[in-house]
Amino acid sequence: MGFFLTILALVVTLGLAWRYLGSYMAAVFEGRVHFLGFIERPIYRMLGTSPEQEQTWKRYAGAMIIFSAVSIAFTYVILRIQGSLPLNPQHLGAVGPALSFNTATSFVTNTNWQNYGGETSMSYFSQMGALTVQQFVSAAVGISAAMVLVRGFSRRKSPTIGNFWVDITRCLFYVLLPISFVAGIVLVGQGAVDTLAGTTTFHDALNGVTQTIARGPAGFMGSIMQLGTNGGGFFNVDLAHPLENPTGLTNLLYIWLTLSIPFALTYTFGKMVGSIRHGVALLAVMVIIFGVWVGFSANAEHQNNSAVAAAHVYSPVGNMEGKEVRFGDTTSALFNVSMTQTSDGAVDSATDSYNPMGGFGPLTGMMLGEVTPGGTGSGLYTLLIYAIIAVFIGGLMIGRTPEFLGKKIQAREIKLAGLGALVMPITVLVLTALAVSLAEGRAGPLNAGPHGFSEILYGLTSQGNNNGSAMAGLTGNTPFYNIIGGIDMLIGRFGIMIPALALGGVLAAKDVVPESLGTFRTDNGMFVGLTIGVILIIGGLTFFPAVSLGPIVEQLSHLRFF
Amino acid sequence: MLVHLRRSLVLAVICLVFFGFVYAFAGIGVSQLLFKHQADGSLTANGSTLIGQNWAATKCPGNPLGSCVFNGRPDDTGPYAANPKDNVSGGDNPLVANGVSGESGATNLGPRSKVLLADTKALVAYWHKLGVDPTPDLVTTSGSGIDPDISALDATVQIPMVSKATGISPARLRTLIRQQTHPAQWGFLGSSYIDVLQLNEGLAKLEK
Repeated sequence: MGFFLTILALVVTLGLAWRYLGSYMAAVFEGRVHFLGFIERPIYRMLGTSPEQEQTWKRYAGAMIIFSAVSIAFTYVILRIQGSLPLNPQHLGAVGPALSFNTATSFVTNTNWQNYGGETSMSYFSQMGALTVQQFVSAAVGISAAMVLVRGFSRRKSPTIGNFWVDITRCLFYVLLPISFVAGIVLVGQGAVDTLAGTTTFHDALNGVTQTIARGPAGFMGSIMQLGTNGGGFFNVDLAHPLENPTGLTNLLYIWLTLSIPFALTYTFGKMVGSIRHGVALLAVMVIIFGVWVGFSANAEHQNNSAVAAAHVYSPVGNMEGKEVRFGDTTSALFNVSMTQTSDGAVDSATDSYNPMGGFGPLTGMMLGEVTPGGTGSGLYTLLIYAIIAVFIGGLMIGRTPEFLGKKIQAREIKLAGLGALVMPITVLVLTALAVSLAEGRAGPLNAGPHGFSEILYGLTSQGNNNGSAMAGLTGNTPFYNIIGGIDMLIGRFGIMIPALALGGVLAAKDVVPESLGTFRTDNGMFVGLTIGVILIIGGLTFFPAVSLGPIVEQLSHLRFF
Repeated sequence: MLVHLRRSLVLAVICLVFFGFVYAFAGIGVSQLLFKHQADGSLTANGSTLIGQNWAATKCPGNPLGSCVFNGRPDDTGPYAANPKDNVSGGDNPLVANGVSGESGATNLGPRSKVLLADTKALVAYWHKLGVDPTPDLVTTSGSGIDPDISALDATVQIPMVSKATGISPARLRTLIRQQTHPAQWGFLGSSYIDVLQLNEGLAKLEK
């Protein structure tokens, strides 16, 4: 019962976010919001740019890539010299070069894959200046990229698609900053820790045990890491840690923060292209797939854990291995599925200990390209790529030149969309094959049998999709996994983002074809079904063989232990 | 190209200052001003109500270790008790993700793992020796390795053990458990739970 009320609460609050945050974001990116003009204008002056200076998609992409490269360099250097920097009460030394490379790419690409344990390897300076900064910036970069593709549809015969520096500044100050600050206050009020006082040690007279408690500025990092679909928490166990996710309310708030922008961007899209119905169609695609995945994963986790049942402990029913009592089995599954249908990747329970079909949910959520609703910005632009493929297939079926929102979809657009849809599966599958073929790769998994393969596949799928969720039994902090993971994340980010920007540029340059009786409708149930079909078929065809060697074989190997 | 680089450097510095430090320090300031107790980690005289402790290490005169108090999830008991003397937050579970002491972590063992099966059987035997018929919560480890809570049922099955070691009647322990049970937040968020530290503080009062 509590679970269904939780879903209802999410539907209501996300519905409000969809409508009002969605239209607010449209106003922000159309330059109609100015309440922080006293910060915004000086930044444009320092950058030597202004909202009137529009860029072509190539200049926009160039700015984005160079800015990301500079961000990686900044993050890398801070991690390497953290031992000599202030705000380091635990006197932690420098982070190693391979791990620093992996972590820098991880946070700049919005992945937040963590091969380190936060409380034992990152100083407060690094957590704030290297990691939290990128949780803001990488989310803003993703949303800006989505705006380019949206403008591709909303503009006609336009050589330019906006100004990167203006988009990212507006996104940072008008969208991400206010929401994460308010949410941070709520989180701390509920019990999330936020202090610079360092660890504290206790002697408990009741049990005679001395305990050291790790602390730090976790609450306000938690709010932006979720709002920006980053997912890299302050502590090693991320949001399972009671000092970062203390109550049922914070758990729900973290889910809401993660889902709010990706869902709301469909309204922003509808508003900016002048057809809310098209936004609703994209929203329907997201909600249907999301709902099915939450349903079967929560059901799988509400079954007994095989090992616990084999030890003759059956009741009450539910897989509690790796889960927290205050959340329970189904809400934990809702949380982890929400984080893998977006590009967030935070966990409030150990995905590695999920039942086979419970783990299948998060794994395949990422494999479908994280479009339901996906990451901040990346979800919308990747879904639009799938929608363009769906329009093309629909057009072939009725024998007409496909159009989407009046823009003709021709060979060049399909090539770019195809590239955007195939880069991720190819990267993930090739790197997984490489990892299982090499001794360095096979040394990674903790578990034996099919579950061990799942751990490798899950890790590389997560990084290739810029998710950051992990089956944490995989020992990722080795030079091998740090480096292929870093490559995986860079390709997964820019291999999709650049085709999306190019699509935006190409589409913006086109004129709009007037709608006629024969135009294939792209705002009705038929189109929603077709897009869902395209997502499931591309995901299914590419990943079914790999998945069948992992969770599926594990599920079918009844009563066997590995 | 060069203009991109110059702008990137300027914006990176602005972001470092603003979103790295102004944001974080404003957050810490507001937290310390409004919610000092929570922001410092919800500390009480005996530890944090949000951090699980190793109750199984409690010395009980004339009784097995840990039998005179309510125990939490077995994050650091049975096969997971590496170093019960120096109980670092979440750090004494030898199976934590990176094997680093002082780090929070889960076992990360899959449901078809032989290791998990053996560990679970060892935990079941451990509870049976204490006269407790365990629930799933009591033979599985948590996500954080420092779960501070158990369910009302998890506490109830420990009544025979605690009653025998302390001499407090089962009826009084049942009343204590009822008093200490927090309903799910707002009636529906997450699960109903008992904070083990608060439960044992209540138990200590009964013993006086």
